[in-house]
Amino acid sequence: MIDLRNSDRRREAPDGGAINLATEDRPTSRPSGELFGTEPSQGAHAPGLWVYLLVGVAFGFVLTKSEVISWFRIQEMFRFQGFHMYGVFATALPTATIGVQLLKRRWRRTLGGDAIVIPRKQLGKGVRYAVGGTIFGLGWALTGACPGPLFALLGSGVGVIVVAIVSAMLGTWTYGLLRGSLPH
Amino acid sequence: MELAFVAGIVIGGVLAGVVFRNPEPVAIAASTRASLGALGIHDFTGLVPRELFTWRALTTPSGLFAIVGGGFLVGFGTAYAGGCTSGHGISGVANLEVPSFIALAAFFAGGLLGTFFLVPLALR
Repeated sequence: MIDLRNSDRRREAPDGGAINLATEDRPTSRPSGELFGTEPSQGAHAPGLWVYLLVGVAFGFVLTKSEVISWFRIQEMFRFQGFHMYGVFATALPTATIGVQLLKRRWRRTLGGDAIVIPRKQLGKGVRYAVGGTIFGLGWALTGACPGPLFALLGSGVGVIVVAIVSAMLGTWTYGLLRGSLPH
Repeated sequence: MELAFVAGIVIGGVLAGVVFRNPEPVAIAASTRASLGALGIHDFTGLVPRELFTWRALTTPSGLFAIVGGGFLVGFGTAYAGGCTSGHGISGVANLEVPSFIALAAFFAGGLLGTFFLVPLALR
């Protein structure tokens, strides 16, 4: 997860300049992956794709079995009629907090040997979080799913969700088009 | 890498939702069943209501609105906010990031608006 975010940052670098955040703290004795520049994980010490696949399988399995991908559960949560979703968040948060602290203090390298750096999010005026977040919430209530669960739903047999995935990609693409004229 | 991760999520869905499928309906609260029943949702057998999420439903205004409209809002909102429920709501909040707290509050506000205005609109 963290590694994914890192690589996202690196990809953003050409326009965002975020690359400094992600690379400055890397050790000088880096594995040969450095030769590949923006994609260090392709280097000799990079973990195989199967590692990403396996983490994805675990994530998808838990999303599905915990029923957080269920439209019904989302409705129950937003109508304040059940504890289920709140219970999941209430256990996921402490787990993630401990996980993040461990990644910062103990396991500070990715499997590929890169330093794990979690870039701070830029607050700016905060508009993007408030407005973008609200728009996301509207979609979350309608589809009953956020991006990860969309793929888990597809796997669990809701074929038509592929249309929602394509539509979500169009949404992301539209944001890309409008990015310059939107307040952040 | 991201693609391998996403492919993994799909496989995880297959394992949990098909291979080791829970045959029981999602055990939501009776009050939620009643609220949704009043809106026209009567099939509670799957993870999602068949009234909205089937290929047949896609050809109805309700299904089109929920699937295409909802999907678009999710994609646009996630990109605009710079993260989703797991990115902001769990990882960001766990890292005590102020932007993530704002985003999480906004997710919930949007979700409430969606639940009480857009969902009834979609099911009309």
